[in-house]
Amino acid sequence: MHKIISNKNIAKDVFEMKLSGDTSKITAPGQFINIKLDGFYLRRPISVCDYNSDTITIIYKTVGKGTEYMSDLKSGTELDVLCGLGNGFDTSKSGDKPLLIGGGVGVPPMYNLAKKLISENKKPAAVLGFNTADDIFYEKEFMDLGIEVKISTADGSAHNKGFVTDIFPEDYTYFYTCGPIPMLKAVCDKTKTSGQLSFEERMGCGFGACMGCTCKTKYGDKRICKDGPVLLKEEIIW
Amino acid sequence: MVDISTNLCGLQLSNPVIPASGTFGFGEEFKNFYDLNILGSISIKGTTKEPRFGNETPRIAECTSGMLNSVGLQNPGVDAVISDKLPKMKEFYNKQVIANISGFSFEEFEYSCEKIDKADNVGIIEVNISCPNVHGGGMSFGTNAESAAEVTKRVKKVTTKPVFIKLTPNVTNISEIAKACEEAGADGLSLINTLLGLRVDLKTKKPVLANKKGGFSGSAVLPVALRCVYEVYEAVKIPIMGMGGVSTADDVIEMMLCGASAVQIGAANLVNPYACKEIIENLPHAMKKYGINSLKEIIGGAH
Repeated sequence: MHKIISNKNIAKDVFEMKLSGDTSKITAPGQFINIKLDGFYLRRPISVCDYNSDTITIIYKTVGKGTEYMSDLKSGTELDVLCGLGNGFDTSKSGDKPLLIGGGVGVPPMYNLAKKLISENKKPAAVLGFNTADDIFYEKEFMDLGIEVKISTADGSAHNKGFVTDIFPEDYTYFYTCGPIPMLKAVCDKTKTSGQLSFEERMGCGFGACMGCTCKTKYGDKRICKDGPVLLKEEIIW
Repeated sequence: MVDISTNLCGLQLSNPVIPASGTFGFGEEFKNFYDLNILGSISIKGTTKEPRFGNETPRIAECTSGMLNSVGLQNPGVDAVISDKLPKMKEFYNKQVIANISGFSFEEFEYSCEKIDKADNVGIIEVNISCPNVHGGGMSFGTNAESAAEVTKRVKKVTTKPVFIKLTPNVTNISEIAKACEEAGADGLSLINTLLGLRVDLKTKKPVLANKKGGFSGSAVLPVALRCVYEVYEAVKIPIMGMGGVSTADDVIEMMLCGASAVQIGAANLVNPYACKEIIENLPHAMKKYGINSLKEIIGGAH
């Protein structure tokens, strides 16, 4: 069991939850956890934003009854959580200057990825996109990592008006991205390097058993929950 | 000591708990959670003649106390199951498994059963004539007594292994189909497959599933499954594997009292990967609580 340490609203409909408990099954940034909630049959898969030896941080948006229920949970509540699910990002391919591109609630997995890349003496840059100023979160946290951070809002209410693809830096060695499908596709069209993309799908189990989230790739059928959620740019069939 | 063993057509099971087809893959994902050798047996992912991708996603929709799936028999095909999946299972599971077979024509059922008959770690063949998620096959064989009997006859001719026919609850009279299978030579019956269902996404105002309809499973369907097993037990003499919404040791006992000789656990595995392990561990306690010494002795006890 994992215990909620904090659960707070950090942007419009967006919450940050910190959980204490075993984190030993988490092996790579970009993996997710799957949370059992009382009164809901299926677990809720949420990507890991950050973790250390005994704490996991997740960031989630209230998009339905399950996540609304989650947002009301109080500190001290114990949750049944499956950890370390999915393949996660492979940092060995990044080169010296990888570009991290997050859109909306696709931003969280970029945070621990940035930390991992920094720990490997690489110089990541982050490009974060949101719809509007009220949606922005973790600006300070990314800045505090001491890396180059650029932010865009679709309506121009904060930072650069436009999309993440409008504010790419000049050069980068590789890219990692997570966000809505249209953004992922635009990122693939714009980027000149290879890269890794994290996908979402409705899941049954979250650990590869039910075949509920299978997608076709150039490298064969893959389960988003087990063989993903991270896929290579080269293998994606749009 | 209570006795939790049971048997199916001569296949001795250390306990009646069997993960249901389609919720346990070929065991690979679950072997990391616990030692699978505690399981009575394992019913493998539904296998067809040709490899299948299945239906488009979304394939999963949540319901109150259950879920819909429209996976559509995604599997690597019978040849890959025989050459790759079944041998791999031997590395972590040292008992006989149940091979679940489906098809889109009588010939496909025959083809796959004849092939899988040769696999030495297959103890029982479970013939799925009840998948609600494929067109021109699956459930269409199981909603009609004549075609259910015909599939049974055809597969019985090509295998010497015990054949269990897996029935759908989406019929007016499940006992009639059960009797037709028994008369055609079935060694046992598995029931129930999922109930046909549908959900609408209130944001898009369209069905959640790309396939629109899907199979409803999970704890909500337990009473339907118990009723079906209860009815079929009175209609036939061959053994029954009971399934549908079973999630606890109490549910297993209830299912056996209705007439099941063994019990499959389906959707519960997806929500809690330790479900079967916990049920097996809890069975002796539940039996003591209800004054049961031997599970075999309670089969059909509710009649």
